Amino acid sequence: MRNVFDIAVTVNGTRYDRTVEPRLLLSDFLRRDLDLTGTHIGCEHGVCGACTILFDGQPARSCLMFAVQANGHEILTVEGLGTIDELHPIQEAFREAHGVQCGFCTPGILTTLVPFLEENPNPDEQDIREAISGNICRCTGYQHIVDAVKIAAEKMSASAVD
Amino acid sequence: MAKKFIGKRIRRIEDPRLLTGQALFVDDVEIPGMLHAAFVRSDYAHAHLKSIDVSAARERPGVVAIFTAEDMGDDWEPGPPLVSPPPTVKDVLFNSRTQVPLVKDKVRHAGEAIAVVIAESRYIAEDAVEDIYVDLEPLEAVVDLKKALKPESVLVHDDLDSNLAAHLVQEKGDYAAAREQADLIVKRRIVIDRGAAAAMENRGIVAHWEPKSQHLTVWDTTQAPIPIRNGLAARLGLSEYQVRVVAPFVGGGFGPKMMMFYAEEMVIPWLSLKLARPIKWIEDRRENFYVTTQEREQIHEAEMALTNDGRILGISDIFLHDSGAYDPYGLTIPLNTQCHAMGSYDVPNFYSDVKVVFTNKMITTPIRGAGRPQGIYLVERLLDLAAKELGINPVEIRRRNYIPPDAFPYDHEIIDQAFAPLIFDSGNYKPALEKAADMIGYDQFVKEEGPCLRAEGRHVGIGIVSFVETTGVGPYEGARVTVEASGKVNVATGVGTQGQGHFTSFAQVVAEQLGVEVSDVHLVTGDTAEFHWGTGTFASRGAVVAGNAIHASAMAVRGKVLKLASEVLEAPEDELEIENGMVRVADIPRLSISLGELAVLANPLRGAVEPGTEPGLEATAYFGPRYGGTAFGTHAMILEVDVETMMVEIKKYVVVEDCGTMLNPLILEGQIHGGVAMGIGNAYYEKLFYDENGQLLNASLADYLIPTATEVPRVDVGHEETKSPLNPLGAKGVGEAGTIPVPALFAQALENALPEYDLEILETPLSPNRLFELLYDK
Repeated sequence: MRNVFDIAVTVNGTRYDRTVEPRLLLSDFLRRDLDLTGTHIGCEHGVCGACTILFDGQPARSCLMFAVQANGHEILTVEGLGTIDELHPIQEAFREAHGVQCGFCTPGILTTLVPFLEENPNPDEQDIREAISGNICRCTGYQHIVDAVKIAAEKMSASAVD
Repeated sequence: MAKKFIGKRIRRIEDPRLLTGQALFVDDVEIPGMLHAAFVRSDYAHAHLKSIDVSAARERPGVVAIFTAEDMGDDWEPGPPLVSPPPTVKDVLFNSRTQVPLVKDKVRHAGEAIAVVIAESRYIAEDAVEDIYVDLEPLEAVVDLKKALKPESVLVHDDLDSNLAAHLVQEKGDYAAAREQADLIVKRRIVIDRGAAAAMENRGIVAHWEPKSQHLTVWDTTQAPIPIRNGLAARLGLSEYQVRVVAPFVGGGFGPKMMMFYAEEMVIPWLSLKLARPIKWIEDRRENFYVTTQEREQIHEAEMALTNDGRILGISDIFLHDSGAYDPYGLTIPLNTQCHAMGSYDVPNFYSDVKVVFTNKMITTPIRGAGRPQGIYLVERLLDLAAKELGINPVEIRRRNYIPPDAFPYDHEIIDQAFAPLIFDSGNYKPALEKAADMIGYDQFVKEEGPCLRAEGRHVGIGIVSFVETTGVGPYEGARVTVEASGKVNVATGVGTQGQGHFTSFAQVVAEQLGVEVSDVHLVTGDTAEFHWGTGTFASRGAVVAGNAIHASAMAVRGKVLKLASEVLEAPEDELEIENGMVRVADIPRLSISLGELAVLANPLRGAVEPGTEPGLEATAYFGPRYGGTAFGTHAMILEVDVETMMVEIKKYVVVEDCGTMLNPLILEGQIHGGVAMGIGNAYYEKLFYDENGQLLNASLADYLIPTATEVPRVDVGHEETKSPLNPLGAKGVGEAGTIPVPALFAQALENALPEYDLEILETPLSPNRLFELLYDK
């Protein structure tokens, strides 16, 4: 019996061909097989949101999926958002508003926010709070994260107008 | 002189790495040939270990080794006590029983490690755990604190006469006499239950013994890498210089990551030596609930004696504190409770008797607040109840009892968690109270808004409570500051960092002295190869103790810079100034030299130097306070209860905080916000439910409810700044301040919101379910 599968997954624009066990979690695949350790694992039962990635553009818990399910799909992780020298506007806003403390939950929050801000360019405080209510942060009390999202929304809609 | 960097809202220099997924956490460490560990854990809370059968597991492909207590041979020994009992109090009883690496004869809490599997992958290791057969003979579990002390109770530790772990009495004045003179005695039982720290990153450890270099490197999610290094070296028979412990970026600490020498911290490095392979163990969330330390469980029989005009004559508190199965952390938590049971108040007579109890539950060690929330809950609750009976408003009764500003330093005549005298260094409590009352609109709410909303049938209430936070305790921390040839500055200190912004706030302290940009200061924390003297990040002490050590080092380097520049520029030192990385003569700006050039001159490669010359622009300094500084403040909130669902909505939340000199208000406010969020969890959502068998019933994040962005309100933070006289920066800690008073505040505001129910809240954590029971199950 064949107990491994060949998969092809596009992550952050790069295509990866790998052979994996069917039980390998997508989170472990990203972290271990692709060395994309920016995706963090906080609970492995789909509650904390730290492992959130974009799966064909939609936020998904990578700990609740198997790597084989990603075959033929596109994934974006935090590493695909911006770089240290050129932060994504949401990352820049998190820095400006002090939306990061220990930074462990941050990648999952950033990936949750990318499609949210595309769909809601002018969110109010309550919209933002509901958007991130599936991500647990133990450090910030969320306030500076909410502030950061407001700043990011302003920046992004201003640059869209330009 | 106006400060250029200290006190400024400077954005953090460590953020870009964290924001892009480029920061190293322990689970990100990958080493060729690395093996993975998984632990076999007890399903029972209390049981005799009869036998273990690992034969099937050994047969599984990919399994490298399996170890039990027996396999550890003479290397099996319980962990070291981490904190010793207080030496300065007479008649203290303390029975030290510390956690074991692997269970040998008897399981003492559910989840305790019995065996460890080492395999080629974590997946295989977990499969093999299922192959192992453990024969356990269950015993009755010791769960309830009061029952645990009854003579007929079964024993957690069979070699002791009872489940009493410790007994300590602290006294000030004469409470019995004060009671005689009192107009009012308020006496209540107050019950505080358990919660979890639940940092988003679970614990983890990677140990790498390299036989050829005879060197052990350990990456550990610890708040205290230096004590771990020293302890590991001692246990493994290595020199301290053969062991390097690195606490890289750590995904939240909150106390339990301080509890050094967890079973896994003892076993994994030992196994790396044994197998000569790198080994990784990463805790999963379920393990985090079962075997990462917890806190808060206490039962108090407390009373307060007062005069008719609401002045406190004395407080008596006889309480039980749950230690869990072992007591490696000594009396830190109950001492903190005692030290905060007088709150911000001038209490002339105090009697506090604590019995610490062994139970078949996970060990308790400090969690953000660390005994302080319990003490504050007690004193604030008793004061609220007294205010009700005496018809005094909650703001006024607090104002009447504060330690007056001219009474500092104020000696409480008892000892604190560091066994130092409990002296409050400085304080001015009334302005914080009044500012908070003003910010929340207290008078306006009580007179107009509240009655108006109640007339509409809404259950809206207001609360206001004060707190103190002893911070910045000893013993000491150190730091080394070096100006490099590039003109940039390197700083190394021993404390670990778990998101507090040390890379930035410490850089601000250095930049202030050396006239460089904050971004030109590079900080290394938590790596024993870089700095190996110190203790760790706990007790809200990083900014105070390490901050002042860094300040002292930077001052010493500044002295060296000025001395050398004075020789080079041929100008007296007092005519020199340092700015933008340059030293220049104040009146003749073209006469200048860069810090980088001076660093090169200070480290000549040829030629002769004066005998006794120390190379480089570098200095190491230490700071150890005689006792810690005490921060303080007031929290206030308005909440609304939906009496159908018992859900609460916090309409407004105000914090006025005074922690002395602020290094970076942006970071400080972040600490407050996060602390309040955790306090809200402690008050209304987060409770660990143990059943009568010592089983934890809600060991997942789906069942243990951590507040999310929709439960946590916006928090308005106001600042006061009463400097500490105990350190040159004038700083006090702030890490735990947000959390401490929240349960007490919730209780007052809920009672205020539900006047028709004649509610008296004497417990925490609450929950919607529990509030429903309190209202309807009377």
